[in-house]
Amino acid sequence: MATLLEFKNVSKIYKRGKTETTALDNLSLTLKDDESTILTVAGESGSGKTTLAMLLLGFIEPTIGQIYYKGKDISLLSGSERMTFRKEVQAVFQDPFAVFNPFYTVEHLLEVPIKRFKLAKSRTEIRDRMAEALTAVGLQPDEIFGRFPHQLSGGQRQRINIARALVLRPKVLVADEPVSMVDASLRANILETLRTLQRNYGVSIVYITHDLTTAFHIANSIMVLYRGSVMEAGGVEQVIKYPQHPYTQLLVDSIPWPDLSRRWGQTDLEPSEDTVIGKGCKFYSRCPKAMEVCKTKPPLYQLEPYQTASCFLFKEKPQLEAESLSKALPV
Amino acid sequence: MNPVLKVVDLEVSYYTDAGRAKALDQVNLELNAGEKIGLVGESGSGKSTMALAMMRMIKPPGRIENGQVIVDGTNLTSLSEDEMLRARLSKIAYIPQGAMNSLNPVTRIGAQMIDAIKAHEPTMSKADMKARSIKSLESVELKPEVFKMYAHELSGGMKQRVCIAIGILLEPKVIIADEPTSALDVVTQRQVMETINKVQAEMGAAVILIGHDMGLMAQSMDKVAVMYAGRLVEVSTVKEMFTEPKHPYSQALIRSLPKLDVRGVFQGIPGLAPSLLRLPTGCAFHPRCQEIMDKCKTVRPENQMLASGSRVTCHLYGEGA
Repeated sequence: MATLLEFKNVSKIYKRGKTETTALDNLSLTLKDDESTILTVAGESGSGKTTLAMLLLGFIEPTIGQIYYKGKDISLLSGSERMTFRKEVQAVFQDPFAVFNPFYTVEHLLEVPIKRFKLAKSRTEIRDRMAEALTAVGLQPDEIFGRFPHQLSGGQRQRINIARALVLRPKVLVADEPVSMVDASLRANILETLRTLQRNYGVSIVYITHDLTTAFHIANSIMVLYRGSVMEAGGVEQVIKYPQHPYTQLLVDSIPWPDLSRRWGQTDLEPSEDTVIGKGCKFYSRCPKAMEVCKTKPPLYQLEPYQTASCFLFKEKPQLEAESLSKALPV
Repeated sequence: MNPVLKVVDLEVSYYTDAGRAKALDQVNLELNAGEKIGLVGESGSGKSTMALAMMRMIKPPGRIENGQVIVDGTNLTSLSEDEMLRARLSKIAYIPQGAMNSLNPVTRIGAQMIDAIKAHEPTMSKADMKARSIKSLESVELKPEVFKMYAHELSGGMKQRVCIAIGILLEPKVIIADEPTSALDVVTQRQVMETINKVQAEMGAAVILIGHDMGLMAQSMDKVAVMYAGRLVEVSTVKEMFTEPKHPYSQALIRSLPKLDVRGVFQGIPGLAPSLLRLPTGCAFHPRCQEIMDKCKTVRPENQMLASGSRVTCHLYGEGA
């Protein structure tokens, strides 16, 4: 089984004077070439979600560890390899209002990447390719060509963002909070679009969010981060329906389900003001079940075939090497 | 019981180069003391305009064309500018969208709170002002030390709670919060909502929560008002709204919500929100409506009260249905 993308013991540490902040702590992860998937990276602000996206896109380099794309370290790619990497690993960002140049028509915006990567030979071919991408995201090409971004709604713009990525036929799409600024009624359309991409075009999607509701519906697997460390990971249904790590339990308990029979949980909210992080479990200061042993760093324990948690509550279970995290993530 | 907030036939228009955009169209709403209502709708449906109109903060090219906003017996639309200035915060408080980024980064939280009190009660002693500010901070579960801190020393959730503390300084009768939790993660969101519920219960104030997260409405509101193209198309209790929504738009909205039992089923609402400059004739929702009838294309539906207590603006209900 060929590996498309691999994080190998990646850490990112930001230094400011003498203080060091570990934004991402020893993460290993693989995406396979022949099986596309949707992986959710969930966590609150400051959990390292965006750092992960930036690393994956090659915008920043890891402090420790390597990131491989098709077996090659992405910080050491040659010119042409880098072009391929840029073409095949695409991104959709949070704010559909801020990413477009307001002076250009949609046509122009979609044309730029096609020309840049020399993907089409003639004008008709360019047009066909744009039309195909727009149709794939559920837009009518005739209605969209020639329009300016300000003439489109937020949902339409976000879908054009996805179409822009799609004209390049990417292998990996990093979607950083793609629906958080879109109206609830349009969210469904965008999520459906993302899933169609994965199913019909074989694009693997790394879906970064703090919204577990949408993650539950769209993803195959989930990885819950807290202050740069993996707290729990596994199949999305398993993790969200039966969360085991105290942090995941707190998260899932706080989801405002639009369902009157499922009220907000009664778990007491521990104050989060404490910013001191020791060497041990990063959730220690907030954890309702904190023990003495938690002052040391907990390894990952395998709870189910597709569920692993980094918590000493499960110390009876077999350990899972950090490098083998992906084994607990179904595709 | 006399309602603490009464909005009567409120109408707001924006005069743009492209013509007049009716952002609020005959909006009627009543709210009792201690009641919590969620105001939902797509962007551009008039939610924030409604909040601004109630505060009389609509700026040109927008204008309040008609209607009254009565808070605790006082008609805000007939007050002078000076009187309105005093009514804001003391009778009706507004926590705007992204309020947590509105805190002044170079003055302490306490100074900003005292500013607000001073504007309304210039004769109060400094010690009393401080005592009141700290009491307000405590009621949103912040430590008194926050009084001396700067905004950058606080987390997002704490900043949002400071904004709520400022909002309740003068114990207003009505609190309007515009998407107070949209930038926060679920745990902090729940903390902030629990804070709002707590202060609301202590003060007996009425709360209007603007947002588009139906889950949040289900978890913490008593009633839900659905807005579409500047009109309130349905006002129902949370229970009615989630079990038996009346207006076809509310029904589509409820259907579009993610559920826990079935994974991966999405149902969006087809079509796009209409431009306020070129509203469809008759009922503005008719081009997207699944239960369209002939008269929806020509006759404008009136707002009516149903036997269940819901208010709905749709030809499917009432006389001639």
